[in-house]
Amino acid sequence: MPKLLTWIDERLPVVQAFEKHMSKYYAPKNFNIFYFFGVLSFVVLANQLLTGIWLTMSYNPSGEGAFASIEYIMRDVEYGWLLRYLHSTGASAFFVVVYLHMFRGLLYGSYKKPRELVWIFGMTIYLALMAEAFMGYLLPWGQMSYWGAQVIVNLFGAIPYIGEDLALWIRGDYLISGITLNRFFALHVVALPIVILALVVLHILALHEVGSNNPDGIDIKKNKDADGIPKDGIPFHPFYTVHDMVGIVVFLFVFCAVVFFFPEMGGYFLEKPNFEPANPLKTPDHIAPVWYFTPFYAILRAVPDAFLGVVAMGAAIAVLFVLPWLDRSPVRSMRYKGNLSKIALLLFVVAFCILGYLGVVVATPERTLWARILTAVYFLYFLLMPVYTSIEKTKPVPERVTMR
Amino acid sequence: MKTLILTVAFALSAFQAHAAGGPSIPMDHIETDISDQESLQNGLTLYTNYCFGCHSLKYSRYERSANDLGIPNEIFEENLMFGDAKIGQLMDISMPADQAKTWFGNTPPDLTLVARLRGPDWLYNYLRAFYSDPKRPYGVNNVVYKDVGMPHVLAGLQGVCAEAPELGVEPEVDPLSGNIVKSSGCKEFVAEGSLSPEEYDQAIYDIVNYLEYVGEPSRMQSESLGIKVLIFLAFMFVFVYFLNKEYWRGIH
Repeated sequence: MPKLLTWIDERLPVVQAFEKHMSKYYAPKNFNIFYFFGVLSFVVLANQLLTGIWLTMSYNPSGEGAFASIEYIMRDVEYGWLLRYLHSTGASAFFVVVYLHMFRGLLYGSYKKPRELVWIFGMTIYLALMAEAFMGYLLPWGQMSYWGAQVIVNLFGAIPYIGEDLALWIRGDYLISGITLNRFFALHVVALPIVILALVVLHILALHEVGSNNPDGIDIKKNKDADGIPKDGIPFHPFYTVHDMVGIVVFLFVFCAVVFFFPEMGGYFLEKPNFEPANPLKTPDHIAPVWYFTPFYAILRAVPDAFLGVVAMGAAIAVLFVLPWLDRSPVRSMRYKGNLSKIALLLFVVAFCILGYLGVVVATPERTLWARILTAVYFLYFLLMPVYTSIEKTKPVPERVTMR
Repeated sequence: MKTLILTVAFALSAFQAHAAGGPSIPMDHIETDISDQESLQNGLTLYTNYCFGCHSLKYSRYERSANDLGIPNEIFEENLMFGDAKIGQLMDISMPADQAKTWFGNTPPDLTLVARLRGPDWLYNYLRAFYSDPKRPYGVNNVVYKDVGMPHVLAGLQGVCAEAPELGVEPEVDPLSGNIVKSSGCKEFVAEGSLSPEEYDQAIYDIVNYLEYVGEPSRMQSESLGIKVLIFLAFMFVFVYFLNKEYWRGIH
């Protein structure tokens, strides 16, 4: 060991930490494509933090200067346009990879015992990420920033008794104003990034304590060799570091194609009305949240009563937290679950995607009917889970992992 | 797994087809080309002479347009800047916003980002959609933007259309005579302009092209850098792919 490393290691257990989390962390050898999205969330997080720091250097968090400062970054700051597009595309990419990461969890039962805490920390990250994205979206101070924030903050106003005061407290004003912008800026660049980073550490620590799940949902620690190393496990470093690099390069290729060639993504990543400065006196014809919130927005609009709509939207997210206790199946992976579970997951994914679409478009009576049906599907997936996972016939789980 | 993905994709596409659609005004479509410097220069010249009195481009600087459009600074300063403006300044205007509101009913908006807000097609059609309407304060109305407060500033070029022009018409040529029987735009004028309809359409194209450029001046730089980045990543992929393969050779 080089002298410097020895010197440090005698004072701080860096070698031990590297071994515990990298070179002697034994991960199942049968990870498939869905196992890239964890490390990809990490890549996007790093991108958001780095570009965010440089954007903060040129951004002006005031009602008078915010919009102009974004254009200043886009035009006068060297490579400012690149920093800005990396950050705005990164926000959407974050949700793409996180949704796929969560889908992986649903598919292979990664939330089941003993990984309940991993799942809960993950869900909390998702919650913090939604708050982070929502507050970040106000900062460009365009029309959609402004009215999107107005709509979302007004949701709190629907809560009986305390609602109006709560909304007022969040805004710090009677309407979204420069005061709101300033506090959202503080939360977006300081408070929430700290929370998210801390939660990511907890998510990884909890994962490394119990070990990674795999597409077969098998506990690899049950089959160990003479040295106590799982027979189906391989050291994370170097095997998964080189493996993840392939996924990262492929991801970066797609990501950069969007950043450099179509950063607006047809109005889904950067909404067109946001190219007009915020104007409290002019409501846009159609207010739509950014795509990653639209499934929940569709659920909100599907419920006729404002307060119950807010409750439904909150419940749609809250129900995910108790998922580990809803799944009664003796097996983890969808590969060995019965047909009922497979159909349920399929319906859930279709419902979630179509709700996302319905949240983008203008509501019509026909679409509202669809939103109601799909909202029911969304909740039934969870509420019926204790039933269909316990009555269905599962397939026998193999002793060792399968490579396919 | 593949079945799942396919089923989801199919269900979504079916739904998309079912739910899509909706009314919109027919419009002519253009492909902007911000690498066409001649068009951009002409667009900037027209913009400066006809639009810039009321519509600022206050987020962009004169110098940026001069450099990106290949116009030497001295020529730009002499011909395309008014008053005591300096070339490093933002392209703001001196018309007071509150007075403009009493003149036109609305303050003429800044147009730096209008191409990104409305899209080039909207602009191209809007500027070709004025027609004579004596009921309006400035004697003209607009097909694309009904009862717009803006006068037909380009009437000297286009003339004034007698009736609401039809836009978004597929041009149709009589196969026997070779005459155009159907086309977009104005058919009859109450006042003649200095340009022919084709020349006018080209002039509008140039203005829209310039607005498209000024909405996102980094676009050209972005695409040339983007190609390099993607080529680098493609090379990188080959490298990491074989590195990974080498490491995983013994794992079965």
